[in-house]
Amino acid sequence: MKVLGIIESAYRATIEEQDDTVVWFTHVLKGAGADVTVLLCGNAVNYAVRTQDASGLRFGELRQTQAPRLAQDVGSLVAKGVRVLALTNDLDDRGIAAADVVEGLEYVPRAAMARLLGQFDQVWHW
Amino acid sequence: MAKYLLIESRDPFTSADVDAHWQLATSLAREGDTVTLFLVQNGVLPARLRARSHGLAELAGAGVEVLADEFSLRERGIAPTALVAGVRPAPIDVVVDLLAEGRKAFWH
Amino acid sequence: MADAKTLTFLLMDPPYEDARSTTAFRLLDAAARRGWHVNVFAYEGAVALPFAKQAPHANAVHGRSVEEENHPLPREWVRALMETARAYGGSLDWVNCGLCVDERGAGEAIEGVRRGSPADFWKMVEGADNTLVIPTR
Repeated sequence: MKVLGIIESAYRATIEEQDDTVVWFTHVLKGAGADVTVLLCGNAVNYAVRTQDASGLRFGELRQTQAPRLAQDVGSLVAKGVRVLALTNDLDDRGIAAADVVEGLEYVPRAAMARLLGQFDQVWHW
Repeated sequence: MAKYLLIESRDPFTSADVDAHWQLATSLAREGDTVTLFLVQNGVLPARLRARSHGLAELAGAGVEVLADEFSLRERGIAPTALVAGVRPAPIDVVVDLLAEGRKAFWH
Repeated sequence: MADAKTLTFLLMDPPYEDARSTTAFRLLDAAARRGWHVNVFAYEGAVALPFAKQAPHANAVHGRSVEEENHPLPREWVRALMETARAYGGSLDWVNCGLCVDERGAGEAIEGVRRGSPADFWKMVEGADNTLVIPTR
């Protein structure tokens, strides 16, 4: 079974969770043997930007010691053999260039979405 | 060709990306796939006959089956007899039945 | 029941925050009444849906007592759906994501809810006729 996980929602509780919970979930599914491909779209295309830095938050005297490292988490999905696609229209809208993002992404234009969906048995939109 | 169930819970008046989801439905239909777009929750708001949004009629014209959840319509006071052309009211049961048929389904 | 289907749902929303929870329960009800086997993987805030400590309250704005208000409790909806599924010859298997439970302190769930992980969700997916992920925003 081939699954396409479309990740659109971004920066939702990523500080509290110290992760993006869907990127994290995808890591676990891959470990469980799932054949999963990720498509980053909407604001989630920003997850691939290498220069993200959420470190240094403090609440009273409590400092966050493990800030989320979303670009690394996306990169490590690629390193595990998960295809990570990014929607070019959404990258362009947000002024994100290829030089700004982690290596290993594949680029898909919105016009190719319909054909892309046809390659998968399940499509989960997050 | 494939069969799809796209569930749209958001409305184009407050969510800029609804249009892209509708366009995806049209693209799939133009590829020859069978596509049902099921509007639920605020997703039914543009189905009101005089709503200032014409995309749904175009979707239906492109061959997408556009259904609007009966309860969501009633909840918002939208008469099932006063819907945009091409939109049909339907019970939520349609969603589980189409899922059971194996439609590729995703929620927006 | 002839040809009973198995559907898997993944929910993410906590109770009382979004219409998605109500729609999800409507879908579960429709599937349960068909005598089908329904799997629910509750992720993130959705682990609070079957939280055992939910309690009803009165409604002073409308002048209603606790009994009159009869405030919905999602944990009661979960219980009722489990009973309905059984009554129609099917089942409702509800799994709360364990880490999500831990971080939210939502460990006390109603009877019949079990703790699991995303690997359990994947098993549910593989064993189902279809799966629907209802994402949060």
